[in-house]
Amino acid sequence: MLAAIIALTVLAAVFGVILGFAAIRFKVEGDPMVDRIDALLPQTQCGQCGFPGCRPYAEGIIAGKADINQCAPGGEATILALADLLDREPKPLNPDNGVEKPKSVAVIDELRCIGCTLCIQACPVDAIVGAAKHMHTVVAEECTGCNLCLPPCPVDCIAMVPVKQDIQVWKWPYPDQKVVGQAL
Amino acid sequence: MMQAIRRRLWAFHGGVHPVQHKHVSTERPIQRPRLPRRIVLPLHQHIGEPADIVVKVGDHVLKGQAVAHASGYVSAPVHAPTSGTVVEIGEAPIPHPSGLTAPCIVIEPDGEDRWIEHGPVENYRELAPSALRNIIREAGIVGLGGAGFPTYIKLNPGHAKAIDTLILNGVECEPYITCDDMLMRERAAEIVSGLEIVAHALQARESVIAIEDNKPEAFHAMQEACKDIPDMSVVQVPTMYPSGDSKLLAKIVTGKEVPSDKLSIHIGLTCVNVGTVYAVHRAIHHGEPLLSRIVTVTGKAVDQACNVEALIGTPMDELIRQCDGNVSRIERLIMGGPMMGFALHRADLPIIKTTNCIIAATAAELQPPRPVMPCIRCGACSDACPANLLPQQLYWFAKTKDVEKAQEYNLFDCIECGACSYVCPSNIPLVQYFRYAKGDVWTREREKEKSEIARRRHESRQKRLEREKAEREAKRQQKKSAVDPAAMAEKGQSEAAAAMQRAEARRDAALREAEKHRTEGRPRPPTEPAEPRNGDAE
Amino acid sequence: MPLLTPTSPHVQAPVSVTTVMLQVLLALIPGLIAYVWFFGWGVVINIGIAVVAALIAETVMLRIRKQPVGQYLWDLSAVVTAVLLALALPPLSPWWITVIGVFFAIVVAKQLYGGLGYNPFNPAMVGYVVLLVSFPVEMTSWLPISDFRSYDLGFAESAAFIFGGHLPAGITFDALTEASPLDTLKNNLGQGNTVSEIRAQLGLDDVTSLLLSVTPIFGMIGGKGWEWVNAGFLLGGLWLIYRKIIGWQIPVAMLASLALISGLFNAYNPEHYATPLFHLFSGAVMLGAFFIATDPVTAAASGPGRLIYGVGIGLLIYIIRAWGGYPDSIAFAVLLMNMAVPLIDDHFKPRVFGHGGK
Repeated sequence: MLAAIIALTVLAAVFGVILGFAAIRFKVEGDPMVDRIDALLPQTQCGQCGFPGCRPYAEGIIAGKADINQCAPGGEATILALADLLDREPKPLNPDNGVEKPKSVAVIDELRCIGCTLCIQACPVDAIVGAAKHMHTVVAEECTGCNLCLPPCPVDCIAMVPVKQDIQVWKWPYPDQKVVGQAL
Repeated sequence: MMQAIRRRLWAFHGGVHPVQHKHVSTERPIQRPRLPRRIVLPLHQHIGEPADIVVKVGDHVLKGQAVAHASGYVSAPVHAPTSGTVVEIGEAPIPHPSGLTAPCIVIEPDGEDRWIEHGPVENYRELAPSALRNIIREAGIVGLGGAGFPTYIKLNPGHAKAIDTLILNGVECEPYITCDDMLMRERAAEIVSGLEIVAHALQARESVIAIEDNKPEAFHAMQEACKDIPDMSVVQVPTMYPSGDSKLLAKIVTGKEVPSDKLSIHIGLTCVNVGTVYAVHRAIHHGEPLLSRIVTVTGKAVDQACNVEALIGTPMDELIRQCDGNVSRIERLIMGGPMMGFALHRADLPIIKTTNCIIAATAAELQPPRPVMPCIRCGACSDACPANLLPQQLYWFAKTKDVEKAQEYNLFDCIECGACSYVCPSNIPLVQYFRYAKGDVWTREREKEKSEIARRRHESRQKRLEREKAEREAKRQQKKSAVDPAAMAEKGQSEAAAAMQRAEARRDAALREAEKHRTEGRPRPPTEPAEPRNGDAE
Repeated sequence: MPLLTPTSPHVQAPVSVTTVMLQVLLALIPGLIAYVWFFGWGVVINIGIAVVAALIAETVMLRIRKQPVGQYLWDLSAVVTAVLLALALPPLSPWWITVIGVFFAIVVAKQLYGGLGYNPFNPAMVGYVVLLVSFPVEMTSWLPISDFRSYDLGFAESAAFIFGGHLPAGITFDALTEASPLDTLKNNLGQGNTVSEIRAQLGLDDVTSLLLSVTPIFGMIGGKGWEWVNAGFLLGGLWLIYRKIIGWQIPVAMLASLALISGLFNAYNPEHYATPLFHLFSGAVMLGAFFIATDPVTAAASGPGRLIYGVGIGLLIYIIRAWGGYPDSIAFAVLLMNMAVPLIDDHFKPRVFGHGGK
């Protein structure tokens, strides 16, 4: 009995030392996790996740203050990528953070724009050009579709327009034939 | 010279034997359809950049006149296939699996079919290789086998390596399609002449014409046509789908496998299609650009299935009617073969350079997709896969959108031949999952690039805001601690005025810039952020 | 009429899960005929009970799981499971044995794991093993072959016994049944007897020794009667390979490894280890090799992987037969190798076109 206890204790100690040594000796120096999470996020800086931008959300995930299913623009693909990176179970998008919508860009109705610059200040990626009392315009290529320019506009002249599909960026859809009765 | 020596052939893994349905369209010679009432020429009929329009609405164009020029290295011009008037330039439906529209030029033929001035090249062997390639480029010739890759690029061996074997792909392994078969039967001499030009351009050591053994007539015609030509031979390859894939055919004929990350040309091989070399012959010996192609019009909704020499841009429904077809009986209209072709959304789409076949199928002819059952891991897909992939494993990854794992299992070596879906007893649309996954990878890469740009712009904005805040703060401090408030105020005023001036100038420049790009319809980033952009963006 | 736009390929090979399963069932017929010939009608009644039980269990489970019942019943996979399990049971098993086995196979081993295609273990073999460890007496009461039975039960008499335990007057169950040849061999070897002693000791008039003795056609190659049943399954199995319903790798690897290891030990000590042919043609070897181990859902996927999988089953069969606690071991061997399948599949990936090699 005593021998068994001693033997197990010694074994535990020996393996503990080996594991401890391995943990120090073979430590993997990965990218800082926040950078890796940030790299997976769509960088819309839209704040729908409840954080003021993509990087703060990444920091929130690391700090345990946010879950991986709060990024509406990234949608399913981002959730899957995050789940993969963090080795967690994927889960559907949290409806509190919005719904996955087709990609769209902001378009300013230039006839109605009064040139107040409020939207320019709101744009997180400087994709709106213009100056005070001059009509503004959105650089469609740089627009991330974050919607942040909509609320400040005093005349509601900004609309979100879905990005037009063309054959250059068209891709084959996910097969629609579901396995009979099999919930995906 | 006799082809006494039988060439050794190699086999590839897998392959399937779908029912052929070829004989229905080989009973009549190649037909010449009537001049269509309307011709629609998409600007993007090839791989690469769409062509640039060089005509305007109302212009009268002659047969063979270029209406759009190649817009980059990988691009091809488009020519008017008959004389007539440009009546429309704009978006029109094109044959594409998406059913979307694309920029097109619409020509109303005047019925005169009047040629632009053109003539043959006297002696192509004396031309510099680049000049020869340029003629082929200007003739708008692209791979007519279905890929539509500009041919002149293929004819440039570069400094990579000498071309050892030039393979003429007359395999035509897809069911229903017979356009290459009929072309070889009827115009063998012209094909051989075109092949000689291509062999000369590439300085190929030998040319091998590969034909599946289910086309004995074509085989004999080609053998007869090239019997006196040195270093040119014809081989019969076993009938097996998809041996017409260029990499697989290279393996069959030479035993060499094109490495996954390379092109055939890197191992001294080039594979060209029968129709393509015929077009090369027309371009060099007749000075004719690519204006028409042989199209197999078949399927149970046409009574007189046959091959037609159709002008590019001819509406498909006109061809179907001329083959005694009934458009209202069509349930599924396929461009290409039943294995790799795609179903079209409407019947009035134009024939394009890569339209080798249209199948007007009735409801009874092609069964609707059967209900999908769960995978039973039978492995039939792996046995059929010519790329020796594990479609069953790939399927799980593609289904769960785990594209990284799918790429680990060599997703991009899939040639999308559809053999896996064909044999699957559970009716799983395997190849569709793989096409989806590939598109997903590309989209994600594009989005990643975009989000990278957005991140940089966001960061530089953050920095700018901080800098501005710090400057304001500093100014405030300065003001507070100023000994001579009056002088400082004056200085500050002049500074403020200068800053205002600068700001105004910058704003005006930005506005002008913005206005310019808006009218061009091509917005560019404003000049403000100094961060460099990704050099190789889309 | 709008055109249909499904994705390519627009044609499909004329195969489906149903046709695959149907051909598996057809291929079982020769073995089944031999079975009935030598062991009477019991097995047919068992198959009937098993199929009905399987369809009921499958229907109930599909309903609970909210899956389309018709679609999945028609795939016939439940029927194949039921028939395979029934073929593995002693021919005069009481009806409740069959029902319990089938329910366990369908409900637990198949549907609770996600239904067709998702079960890691062969359902029929799970059902069989559950019965074997739960009801050892019933599961080892085999009938002697018809030549040596004291009384031949007719169809109705078999049914009466299976359903009600009634035997014709004057017949006792013990008189009807006995251990299978493999069982007999194992018990006697376990008592320290040699193969030739067993034959001599039991005497010619003893039923069991005849089971081991020379037959006019095959010589002494398997348990008498059993060799015919195995030959029947072999025939059906070869047809399945010819029809490309199953690959050759698993049966060939399994039979070859079993033959090789039993041959080695037989050569080393023929008095203690039975001949390779005896091993190949006794028990459920052929049924296992062509119909059970080849179940694609639970077998390895790649060609080389299937070879390893088959070899593993062959070796395990011999190890358990020779040194384990059970006379036959197809079920255990298959289930053990089922566990190894993910590992095998992960290890054997084919060389993709254009990657490495020549």
